[in-house]
Amino acid sequence: MTLNFNQLWRYQDDFLHGIQMTLTLTLIATVAGMLIGLLGALLSNNRLPAVRLLIRSYVEVIRNTPALIQIFLIFFVLPYAGLRLPPFEAAAVALSIYMGAYSVEIFRSGLASIPRSQIEAGQCLGLTRFQVFRHVILLPALRNIYPSLTSQIILILLGSSLASQVSAEELFHTAAFVESRTYRSFEVYAVVCAIYFVMVLSLRLIFAGAERIAFRWPTRR
Amino acid sequence: MRGFTLSDFETMLWAVQWTATLVIIALALGGPLGLLMAMMRTSRNPVLNGIALVILQIVQGVPLLGMLMFFYFGVPVFLGIKVPALISVSIAFTVFAAAFLGEIWRGGIQAVHTNQSEAAACLGLTRWQSFRHVIAPQAFRIALPATVGFLVQLIKNTSLASVVGFVELARAGQLASAATFAPLTSYACVSAIYFAICFPLTQWSRSLEKKLHVVR
Repeated sequence: MTLNFNQLWRYQDDFLHGIQMTLTLTLIATVAGMLIGLLGALLSNNRLPAVRLLIRSYVEVIRNTPALIQIFLIFFVLPYAGLRLPPFEAAAVALSIYMGAYSVEIFRSGLASIPRSQIEAGQCLGLTRFQVFRHVILLPALRNIYPSLTSQIILILLGSSLASQVSAEELFHTAAFVESRTYRSFEVYAVVCAIYFVMVLSLRLIFAGAERIAFRWPTRR
Repeated sequence: MRGFTLSDFETMLWAVQWTATLVIIALALGGPLGLLMAMMRTSRNPVLNGIALVILQIVQGVPLLGMLMFFYFGVPVFLGIKVPALISVSIAFTVFAAAFLGEIWRGGIQAVHTNQSEAAACLGLTRWQSFRHVIAPQAFRIALPATVGFLVQLIKNTSLASVVGFVELARAGQLASAATFAPLTSYACVSAIYFAICFPLTQWSRSLEKKLHVVR
């Protein structure tokens, strides 16, 4: 029953590498997922029922099945279709698809939160279609969904630990590696959890700061 | 090597009971603890409030996989004891459910207008009576959609128990995949079963939310 964190110092570089890969994975999934989300949200009012059905099925299937199984499916099944992705890439694709499904819902509620009259007001001011979309729809919508979007990004950061299950190199993979070398299970997982905790707290602070800078314009509320 | 047969699918269906067991344990133990968390977070005592806030921040800032590993490998090694997988896994899911349910229910309690508790106080109800008969029933209705939504998350997250070798639905899928070399069929079946359980709950949560918005 003794604690010994000293042995872990030797693996400092491995931990740093793990942190870097976890953040990379989170960044990829966030950017790709948000692009999918925006596209999906814009297409979910499409005139073609087939398009709407496709988006709906995508969102519901991904949201109602575990991310772990999705990662397994991408990693183990795609090779049968002739596409053999390395673990990290497979995890990045799976997490992007996962983030995408949640983003579609978030962006859809954001777009729905913009009143019709506001869009008409933009058009009356003589803004082009793109200007209306950018300044009158997208930015105010982003402000409305900012809290749910950022907490989803934090969930993706935590969820990226699942990538270790297909042996993608990230922080949790490092944890398993160091544990197998040192047998200090308690210390290793305590330290790794603490690192995730610090990453989440830092991310929250960054998001809060970014919100103040990005959405300074006043609202009626 | 053998092909994927109906009996593999039956094994998966059989494994659902262990997924259900985990969910029931997490709700049965995490529910009351979550209620405690919610009451601490809404109490006027800054110490109780602070303790609950710290617990919540830690649970929400750490991967569930990390908690599972910590309770399955870390703590038993540290204490030098052997703990069955079911116990370690249940502890992790209970902590997880308590923190998230606590936060959902805190939101529900705080969404009930303060006028309500003032009115209850004017009627001479004690703080407990006011909570039990005035605040809680309304908070319950407000928080129900999010609670059902969390239930879906919980069901999906029990798949992480497979990582420590606990045989539930996801692990049954892995075993079938390894035995039959048919990962597509195996994981597709597992996904289909999860979907069949979670999708109706998601729809229920959505309809509850709609009903709530009409009333309010």
